[in-house]
Amino acid sequence: MSAPAAFSPHRELGLTDAEFELICEQLGREPNGVELAMFSLLWSEHCAYKHSRKLLRRLPTEGERVVMGPGENAGAVDIGGGWAVAFKVESHNHPSAVEPFEGAATGVGGILRDVFALGARPIAILDSLRFGELDSLRSRHLLDGAVRGIGHYGNSIGVPTVGGEIYFEAPYEHNCLVNAMCVGLAKRDEMVRAAAAGVGNAIVLMGASTGRDGIGGASVLASAELGEGDEAKRPTVQIGDPFEESKLLECCLELLAKGLLVSLQDLGAAGLTSSASEMAAAGGVGVDIDVARVPLREADMEPFEIMVSESQERMLAVVEPAKVGEVIAVCEKWQTGAAEIGAVADHGLVRVLRGDEVAGEMPVAALVDGCPLYDLEPAEPEGWIYGNRATLSPGADAGETLLALLAAPSVASKRWVFEQYDSIVGSRTARRPETADAAVLAIPEAETAIAVSIDGNGRRVACNPYAGTVEAVLECAQNLACAGAEPLGLTNCLNFGNPEKPAPAWQLDRSVQGLADACEALGVPVVGGNVSLYNEGPEGPIYPTPVVGMVGELPDPEATAPSSFVAEGDAIALLGPFEPGLEGSELTKQRGELGPGLPQPDVAAVAAACEAVREAVRAGVLACAHDVSDGGLACALAECAIGAGLGCQVDLQHLRERGCSPEEALFGEGAGGFVLSGTREQLEALAGEGVEVLYLGKVGGGAIEIAAGDRSLSLDLADAERAWRSLPEQIETPN
Amino acid sequence: MRWGVVQFPGSCDERDALRACELSDGEARLVWHEERDLDDVDAVVVPGGFSYGDYLRAGAIARFSPAMGAVAEFAAAGGPVLGICNGFQVLCEAGLLPGALLVNESMRFTCRQLELQVAALSPQEGGQSSNLPDERLSIPAKHGEGRYWAPEETLDALEANGQVAFHYAPGQNPNGSARDIAGVRNEAGNVLGLMPHPEHAVDPMTGSTDGLKVFEAVAGARA
Repeated sequence: MSAPAAFSPHRELGLTDAEFELICEQLGREPNGVELAMFSLLWSEHCAYKHSRKLLRRLPTEGERVVMGPGENAGAVDIGGGWAVAFKVESHNHPSAVEPFEGAATGVGGILRDVFALGARPIAILDSLRFGELDSLRSRHLLDGAVRGIGHYGNSIGVPTVGGEIYFEAPYEHNCLVNAMCVGLAKRDEMVRAAAAGVGNAIVLMGASTGRDGIGGASVLASAELGEGDEAKRPTVQIGDPFEESKLLECCLELLAKGLLVSLQDLGAAGLTSSASEMAAAGGVGVDIDVARVPLREADMEPFEIMVSESQERMLAVVEPAKVGEVIAVCEKWQTGAAEIGAVADHGLVRVLRGDEVAGEMPVAALVDGCPLYDLEPAEPEGWIYGNRATLSPGADAGETLLALLAAPSVASKRWVFEQYDSIVGSRTARRPETADAAVLAIPEAETAIAVSIDGNGRRVACNPYAGTVEAVLECAQNLACAGAEPLGLTNCLNFGNPEKPAPAWQLDRSVQGLADACEALGVPVVGGNVSLYNEGPEGPIYPTPVVGMVGELPDPEATAPSSFVAEGDAIALLGPFEPGLEGSELTKQRGELGPGLPQPDVAAVAAACEAVREAVRAGVLACAHDVSDGGLACALAECAIGAGLGCQVDLQHLRERGCSPEEALFGEGAGGFVLSGTREQLEALAGEGVEVLYLGKVGGGAIEIAAGDRSLSLDLADAERAWRSLPEQIETPN
Repeated sequence: MRWGVVQFPGSCDERDALRACELSDGEARLVWHEERDLDDVDAVVVPGGFSYGDYLRAGAIARFSPAMGAVAEFAAAGGPVLGICNGFQVLCEAGLLPGALLVNESMRFTCRQLELQVAALSPQEGGQSSNLPDERLSIPAKHGEGRYWAPEETLDALEANGQVAFHYAPGQNPNGSARDIAGVRNEAGNVLGLMPHPEHAVDPMTGSTDGLKVFEAVAGARA
């Protein structure tokens, strides 16, 4: 026996006994303290993807526009003219659940670094947030902190926050989700990969000094469930400094533009340990890191602390020895730190030195690729494993129901949130939040524009992980179609519960399959992603939440159709294979009747509808285009009306002829529906092979009037608007 | 017309300002915060952002930069200076404009399109004031510390002298500014500061081109 059972430091660090034995085998000895700390981080779920990597191999990653795919700091696609857009979404869930302001702020900081590590200038941020119901004090605290944190970092660094989405659902009460997506713009010939190369080249650590903050932060927090006593984990949450990052960003872009770097990598979870090891692994080389040369905030830090610190705003570069002086001069201009801390070596090891002393020595392959990959043991749960809570009064008529749906925090206007973000810096924002279904950014450098959308309705994924995930991909594609954009690539963040338990394992397995199949069918490659597991609170797992971010290209940013009506008298039509159902809908949630089950969307038919809408937008024949989503057709029509200050008179008779009940026609949800307005002739001319167009009615008047048999409704526009804009009162003066 | 746009570490809107200067029919270059020489420029923009991080008080550190020393001399010699958002805060901290910008009444950063009422023309001749048309401009504002404040006597004097350049249109004050003041100028009329962002209202794609009028008015003050 090498160690008494009562004292097993590897268990404290989250490694199993079998994993510890495997480490000993690969080293040919027991690891020392530095080595054990480094292995425990790189073999954590967050870094090693040990429960998800096998599943992720199902995703299609190839495409003719793909410039960089999974495995790089971010994915990138070609947009012509020698330019590429890089993008990635990443989670900062557990840090945000413990300390929402710093957790969300550093989530933004981290995803920005992933993008500028490629040599891309960040041009947009989007966020996907999940909290518990707003009547909980905790949820309001987490929402407020996360929104302030995102604003603090994004606003001060001068990157616009152009879009996002938020859902409020009880299963996120203890484990909120904060996923941040960044989009960057790069000249293709200035982009770099994160692979160390050139034996003898210098390794330069740039940016902030290294402190004890965030030791084991992202990697430890993200690889275990949340529970009682999490307040004690606050010291593991990193502290963000957007000014430091702003300087570091400009400095890195200048260094790359001048061709001074061989490669560049950000320091994220597991700090120097993961960035040095991963760069070495990608380049098939070894590295020597001398911790005595790392600039420190506190003088007495131990080698293991320096190697695992998650202090923010740091980047690691590989530089040819002759260029180190020039690199340091550029860093001095930007008043950001730079220290040569090591060198690329040919020994295939990560060697941690402190001056002349060797503090740790491990094969790169063992650290980065040695972690065992586990097969999941999925089992479909019996019945609905989440709660139900009825909030809608049983006798509500159709008008009252629509008001309740419009006021639902997940449906209501998010103006309170997005006004706290700078959405316009950079002069690219052609469509601001809530004026179109997707964010639209002009790229005059390449004489083109891009549209970006981020989506993922966890409640519907909980009802059916496969179909719900397919819907999330389709929702993004539909949003892009409304902007007139054709999808180029997709990134994702898979937020799930504990993969070692059968039900979350089953959700993850089915969801990844749905993601793979939908991307395959749409021909959209997955260029990057992130996995966040162990999202559970005392009451069980979160809703399974695959967040999908999609980037598309459009020739003319000004052609993007607005998401609200434009003119009195315009015709209103429903386009697409929309088959509304009440399963998993906002209405069913409010009735407290949620349960498993969701119909499978017809991906090919939705793709055909997207193409028809995209071409119509590009041709300029649509006054308005808005996809039907949360709250169903009635909510989509109300949103189009409120945004314009114009009412509408519609009749859902045609939809009812498809077999929908009045309630399904009004409030049912599902993929594939677009609300369009324009001239009746032009709208009806959009019908074609596999694309159905139903005439619904006309824009005009001061009321939302919807004829739907015995559930017909007429709502004063002002009342609908009051409900839809009620989020501030629900946040600031609840109950 | 050649513009200089000051760039501090932490500036955010300097590239937007450069573009706006060019769209208003001028040339423009960045002025690095360590520069002291403004001989080649006809007008200066101190742009928006978070100069030096602004962790202390907005603009409190930037006022000590070498470039701001040069801007103060440039302004004293009658050169036109436009401070936008953080630039307005910096000019107030530097004493080139009266008053101060406090944290928004809502205690939150706010970004929205709003309307500015161009204030009544100044009695002074030849200053920028007379070049600004008496009308409403649609311009976005985005800031967390934009609540204009000055002692009551100062506010009275600013109004009497025609130094209030812009008011927020009635009901659109986003931050609780005293007397709805959105922008002020110095007594000589050549230094103008405002919280909203005219450089983000220069392109029909982003919704308004009214901001160009502000740049044109500042250029006109060079006369």
